[in-house]
Amino acid sequence: MNAKAFVLCLLPVTATAQGFAGLGTDVDGFSTPAPNPVFDFPADHGPHPDYRIEWWYLTANLEDADGTPYGLQWTLFRSALAPYDVEGWQSPQLWMGHAAVTTETDHFVAERLARGGIGQAGVVADPFNAWIDDWALEGDWQMMQMRASGTDFAYQMDLTANGPLVFHGDGGYSVKSAAGQASYYYSQPFFDISGTLQLPTGDVEVTGSAWLDREWSSQPLAENQTGWDWFSLSFDDGDKLMGFRLQQDDGMNYTSATWITADGDATPYPDGALQVEPLGLNAADVPVRWRLTLPDRGVDVTVQAINDDAWMATSVPYWEGPVTFEGTHQGRGYLEMTGYE
Amino acid sequence: MTRAAFGALLSHWWRNPLQLFTLLAGLALATGLWSGVQAINAEARASYDAAASTLDEGRYDRLVARDGGAFAQDNYIALRRAGWQVSPMVTGDLNGVRLIGLDALTAPSGMGPVSLGGGTDLGAFLTGSAQVFANAATAARLDGVEVLIADDLANDTAVADIGTAQALLGREGLIDSLLVMPDQPVGLPALGEVAPDLTMQAAQGGTDIAGLTDSFHLNLTAFGLLSFAVGIFIVHGAIGLAFEQRRGMVRTLRALGVPLNRLIGLMLAELLVFALVAGVIGVALGYVIAALLLPDVAATLRGLYGADVSGNLQLRPVWWLSGLGIAFAGTLIAGGSALWGISKMPLLAAAQPRALAMAAGRRARWQLVVALVLLALAAVLVFTADGLVAGFAMLGALLIGAAFALPPVLNAVLAFASARAKGVTAQWFWADTRQQLPGLSLALMALMLAIAANVGVSTMVSSFRLTFTGFLDQRLASELYVSTDSAEQTAALISYAETEGVAVLPIQSADVQIAGHPAEVFGTRDHATYRDNWQFLQSSAGAWDATFAGQAVVINEQLARRAGLALGDPVTFGSVTLPVAGIYGDYGNPVGQVVLVEDVFATEFPHVVARQFGLRISGDVGDFVNDLTAATGIGAGQTIDQAGIKAVSLAIFERTFTVTTALNILTLAVAGFAILMSLLTLAAMRVPQLAPAWAMGMTRAALGRLELLRAVMLAVLTAVLALPLGLALAWVLLAVVNVAAFGWQLPMYLFPLDYARLGGFALVAAVLAAGWPAWRLARTPPGDLLKVFANER
Repeated sequence: MNAKAFVLCLLPVTATAQGFAGLGTDVDGFSTPAPNPVFDFPADHGPHPDYRIEWWYLTANLEDADGTPYGLQWTLFRSALAPYDVEGWQSPQLWMGHAAVTTETDHFVAERLARGGIGQAGVVADPFNAWIDDWALEGDWQMMQMRASGTDFAYQMDLTANGPLVFHGDGGYSVKSAAGQASYYYSQPFFDISGTLQLPTGDVEVTGSAWLDREWSSQPLAENQTGWDWFSLSFDDGDKLMGFRLQQDDGMNYTSATWITADGDATPYPDGALQVEPLGLNAADVPVRWRLTLPDRGVDVTVQAINDDAWMATSVPYWEGPVTFEGTHQGRGYLEMTGYE
Repeated sequence: MTRAAFGALLSHWWRNPLQLFTLLAGLALATGLWSGVQAINAEARASYDAAASTLDEGRYDRLVARDGGAFAQDNYIALRRAGWQVSPMVTGDLNGVRLIGLDALTAPSGMGPVSLGGGTDLGAFLTGSAQVFANAATAARLDGVEVLIADDLANDTAVADIGTAQALLGREGLIDSLLVMPDQPVGLPALGEVAPDLTMQAAQGGTDIAGLTDSFHLNLTAFGLLSFAVGIFIVHGAIGLAFEQRRGMVRTLRALGVPLNRLIGLMLAELLVFALVAGVIGVALGYVIAALLLPDVAATLRGLYGADVSGNLQLRPVWWLSGLGIAFAGTLIAGGSALWGISKMPLLAAAQPRALAMAAGRRARWQLVVALVLLALAAVLVFTADGLVAGFAMLGALLIGAAFALPPVLNAVLAFASARAKGVTAQWFWADTRQQLPGLSLALMALMLAIAANVGVSTMVSSFRLTFTGFLDQRLASELYVSTDSAEQTAALISYAETEGVAVLPIQSADVQIAGHPAEVFGTRDHATYRDNWQFLQSSAGAWDATFAGQAVVINEQLARRAGLALGDPVTFGSVTLPVAGIYGDYGNPVGQVVLVEDVFATEFPHVVARQFGLRISGDVGDFVNDLTAATGIGAGQTIDQAGIKAVSLAIFERTFTVTTALNILTLAVAGFAILMSLLTLAAMRVPQLAPAWAMGMTRAALGRLELLRAVMLAVLTAVLALPLGLALAWVLLAVVNVAAFGWQLPMYLFPLDYARLGGFALVAAVLAAGWPAWRLARTPPGDLLKVFANER
C-alpha cells in the first residue's frame, strides 16, 4: 500500500472502519453533539475542529434554456485526526472536496485532498469562505459565489437565498440511531442558483434551486449502521422534504425526516414516520428508484434518478445525483446513497 | 542389508577421493556460478525496484525555481489555489541519508514506496512527531528521529511527511520542487501568471531504464545458465565414471541379493546427498562471487541507467532456493543416464574397465545423430522462433547439439591427421590421442561450452557497450540542454548563442499516429551533429542529405518493426508523405519516432513551438551557463549539463568489463578443472598403453611432453571449434532473444582481440590442467611401467 492510500484508509472517512466511512468509530478526545443546541452565527458557519467530521454540502437541480435537467454537487469535508488545529503542516485537520455535474447521460466527478494549516483548504466563518484549491463557496449566506473544476468540467455559480435557515431534528440536534448517535444539522434549502457549466460539449447557462447542508459530529452513526439513503425533495408547490434512512447490519433501518413549508417552518418526524422502500436497481445494484411515504403529510411518491449512473468514484465512493418524483406530489430533488460499494 | 549395501556403495568414494572431489567441486562450482549470477540479478533488481518506486518523481513533470534553488511554500499554495494540481517535495541530507519530504495527500497515487504496517499512527506521521521511513540498513544511521522500517525503500533514502522533513532539515517554509500531476483541471491559468519564478522541467521518462536493465539482466541470466551447463558436463563425467567403475560392485551386490530397485534408490539417495552438500557449498560460493562482483555491477547499472543499485548484498531466499534447486536438477540430469544404465544392466554383465571406451565408441554414433538433429532444430528455430521460450529453446538446442557433435568432429580431425602422419612416433601420437578421446570428450565438451559461452557473452557485452556508447553519443550529442519559458527567453537564448558562435538545435515534437501506431515526430535542424553522431541500422545513401532537403525522413527501429516499414517505404502522417531514408536504433524507447527537417515540421505542426534546445558548446559548460544566466536571465534550473552526465556514464560503464572478465576467468577455471580431473582419472588407465611405447625406447620425459602437447592440441582444436559456436550464441542472444524479449535488436560487433585473449586463457587453462598429469607421467617409476608386462590386469 502506498503512503497516500494509507492516509486515506486512516482518514475517518473511509469504509474500512466501523460503520460507513468510519463514521461509527469511537470518539477519543473529540466533542460530541448535545441536545438543545444554541447556534452562534456566523461563527457556526465556520469549522468546529474539536468535532471529528464536518461538511459543507451543496446540491442543486438545474436546467438550461431548453429545459434539459442537470444536477450539481459541491462538497467540502473536514476530517480531524485530533481535536485541535494549529498553523502549519502539523495541523491534524484534513480536507476533502468533491464536485460533480450530472447530465441525463454523463456524470462528471472531481476530488481534491488537502492538509489543513497551510492555506490550501479551509473555512473562515466571517466573511464566509470555504475553499480547497481553486474551488470555493463564498459570500454572506444571502448572496454567494461558488466554483469548482475537474479535468473535464468546471462551473461558476451565483447563489441567492430567499428563505431562512432550517434546523433539523430537535432544533438542529439530529439523532441518527436508536442508541442516540447524533449530529448538529442545519440547511439552507432556499437558494436560487444560476451560472455556467463548462462541459466537454461546450458551455451551458443554467438556472435552478440549490440546497446547502451543514452538519458536524464526532460519531454520527452507530457501530451497526452501514450506510444511508438521503433525500432532499422540493415539491412544485414550494414545500420541501428532507428524509434519510440509515441502514443497519441487522437489516433494520432508522429513518428521520423534516417537513419544510415554503415559508421555512420546519417540522421534524421521528424514526418510522417516513418510510422508504427501494423499487429498482441500476446495473451496479444501487437502488435508483424509490417509494417514499410520509402518511402524516399525505405523501406517497416514486423517486427516479435522472441519470442512473451518478456514481462518485472518489476515495470514499458513493452515489449522488439529481432525481424527479411523482405520485401524490411532483417535483425534483437530490438523492445520496452510501454503503453500496 | 540396506546399510551394508549403502556402505559398499560409499566405499567406492573412500577409495577414489579424487573422484568424489571432482563431483562435489564440479557441482559446487556450477551452482556457485549460477547462484552468483542470480544473486547479482536478484539484488540489482530488488534494489532498483525500490529505488524506482522511491524516486518515481522522475515520471512526472516538475516545477522548479528558475535559479535551481528552493522556493517559498507560498508558491505551492498560490498554484493550488489557482487550480494547479501539484505536490510539494523537499529533499536534503540528514546524517548522510537523502531525506525526501512529501505530502501524502497530494502526491500522485502510487508514489512513495512506504508499505506501512497496520499499527502505524498516521496522526503521528502527519502531525510532526518526527517519524521517518527507511529500510533497516539506513535506519541504523538515523538518530534523533523515530524510524519506521520500510524494506522496500532504497538504501540511503528516508521518507517523511513534508512538514517533518522541513523541520528536520531546518528548511521550514521551503520547497525544492513541485510534481505536476498528469491530469490538470480545465481552465488552468498560465504558470507565469501564478508563479513567475518557477519553471517546468519535463519528465525524464522511466520506461527506458526498465527496458535496458531488463535486457542486461536477461543476458546475465543466460550467462549464468551457460556456466551451469559447463558445470553439469563435469558432474556428468564424474558420475558416469563412478557408476561405470562400480558396475562390478553392483553386480556383486545384486548377486548377493540386493533388489535392483533398492540399489537404484540407494544410489539416488547418495546422489541427492552429494547435491545437497555441493549445493550448499555452491550457494555460499555464489554469495562470495556476487559479493565480489556486485559493487561493479551496481556501479555499472547506476552509471548506465541511473538505476540506483545498492552495493550491499542480502541473502535472499529466492536465490538460495534457486541455487539448491538447480544443484538437485543438475545432479539428476547428470546422474539420470547412469542410473538408467544400471537399471538396464544384465544381472551378471561383465565389468570391463574398457567398457567405458568401447561403449563410448558405440555411443559416439548416437551422439552424432542427436547432435545433427539438435543442430537442425536450432537451424529451423532461427527462421521460426517467435518469443522468448523459442529463443531459449534454440539456444539450448544449439549448445547441446554442438557439444554432442564435438567428439565425432574431433575424431574425424584426428583420423584425418593420423592418416597423414609421417613416422612411427607421430602415428602413435595421433592414434593414442584418438584412443584417449572418449575419456576426455566430456571435459572437452565442457571446455568448448566454456569458451563458446565466453566468446558469446564477451561479444554480447561488448556489442552492448559499443551500441550504448554510440547511442549516448547520438542522444546526448549536445553538451548543454536548455528549456525556455517564453518566446522572449527563446529569442534571448538564440541571439546570445549567435553572439557566442554556439549552434542551437531546437527539440520539438508532435504526437501522431502512423499506420495505427502512436509515434512522435521530431523537427530537426540541419547540423553536423546528426550526421556525425547518429548511427543507422540501415540507411540509403545520403540519408541525412535527403532528410534535411525535406525529401525523406529517418525513423527508429521500433516504428520500422511495428509498422513493417523498410527503406524507401512511404511514411504518412497528416498531409506529409515521405520515404524512409534511414532506420536508427532507439534502445529502450517504446514509442515509434520519425525525424524530419524543421521546415516541413513547422508547416505541418504550426502550433508546436520549440521550448527545448540542444547547444553545441566547445568550451566549459559551467562557464557558459553562468554567462547565459547573466545575459538572458535563463537560470541554472533550466539547463542540463549533458556532457557531464555522459562522461560519468561512460566512465562507469567501463567497469562492466571487470564483471565480464571475472566471469570469463571463472568459467574457464571450471573447464580447466574438468580437464585436470579427466586427465588424472585417465592417467592410471593409460599406463598399460604407455608402457609399450616406453619399452620401445621413448623416454618418460618425451612421453610427458607428448601428453602436454596432446592436451594443448586438443584445447586448441576445441577452441577453434568453439569460436563459431560462441559467435552463433552471441547472435542468438542479440538478434533472437533480445528481439523476443524487448522488441529491438542489438547490433553485433566482432572483437577478434578479445577472442584471441580468450583463446589464450583457454590454452593456459589446458596447460595448467595437463601439466601436473604430464609431470606425474614423466615421473612414473619404471617399475610401474614394467609391471604392465608382468601382471595381468
